[in-house]
Amino acid sequence: MEHKTMINAEDGKQELVITREFDLPLELLFNAYVEPDIVEQWMGTKVLKLENRRHGGYQFETTDPKGNKHGFHGVIHEFSPNRKITRTFEMENTPLGVQLEFLEFEKLTDGISKLIMHIVYESVAFRDQMLQLPFAQGLNMAHNRLQLIVSKMR
Amino acid sequence: MKLRRDVYQAIADPTRRAILLLVASQSMTAGAIASNFDTARPTVSKHLQILTECELLKQKQDGREIFYQLNPKKIKDIADFIEPFRKLWGDRFDKLEAVMKQYKSRI
Repeated sequence: MEHKTMINAEDGKQELVITREFDLPLELLFNAYVEPDIVEQWMGTKVLKLENRRHGGYQFETTDPKGNKHGFHGVIHEFSPNRKITRTFEMENTPLGVQLEFLEFEKLTDGISKLIMHIVYESVAFRDQMLQLPFAQGLNMAHNRLQLIVSKMR
Repeated sequence: MKLRRDVYQAIADPTRRAILLLVASQSMTAGAIASNFDTARPTVSKHLQILTECELLKQKQDGREIFYQLNPKKIKDIADFIEPFRKLWGDRFDKLEAVMKQYKSRI
């Protein structure tokens, strides 16, 4: 069964909604966000800290092919097992600002669950920049030319 | 003959995509943009002209200088720009699903 990831980014709004159905029971889907070693596997990131509770924080780190480390972190505002996580998210050393994330987990059937990820950005411009980011990163990988430019920019 | 300009034509060229990436983080003058390329300055100017005609770049006058900046509205019109973002999350979630199916069989 193929589950398509949907992105709803309305024109002129500083938010977006990512929706996805999983061929997994709700508890397993939620667990993927809770267990550090599992988060590491599917996010492709190192988990330095993950405190699954209200007032808790998290800190992730990825290493790009050049060996540069990129940090991500945020704080957790709400942690309701198998239901909802509300947290902030920030990419360190970027001008993209802090975003607010509402993650809602829903049981559809015993074996199928749904995730609704609602992200609110500081401004429309920040949201649009975030949407373009993978495009920029994809280009980075695809064109040596661009790698050259990026290294020149540093 | 004057060629018809559209956004897809604009992003079909690697140098123009590189220019878009450059100005994504900050607005820049033509000179500053050109300094990132080995190609001749008039060639870069031509690329800037095409990108501006397609409204992917906006010009902003600041004193004597003209800065180029990204026009996010136009860029958002190109579904291809959003597709990598969707794919990024799609791939991540596919992985999540695969990892958890394995996890389930372990317990």
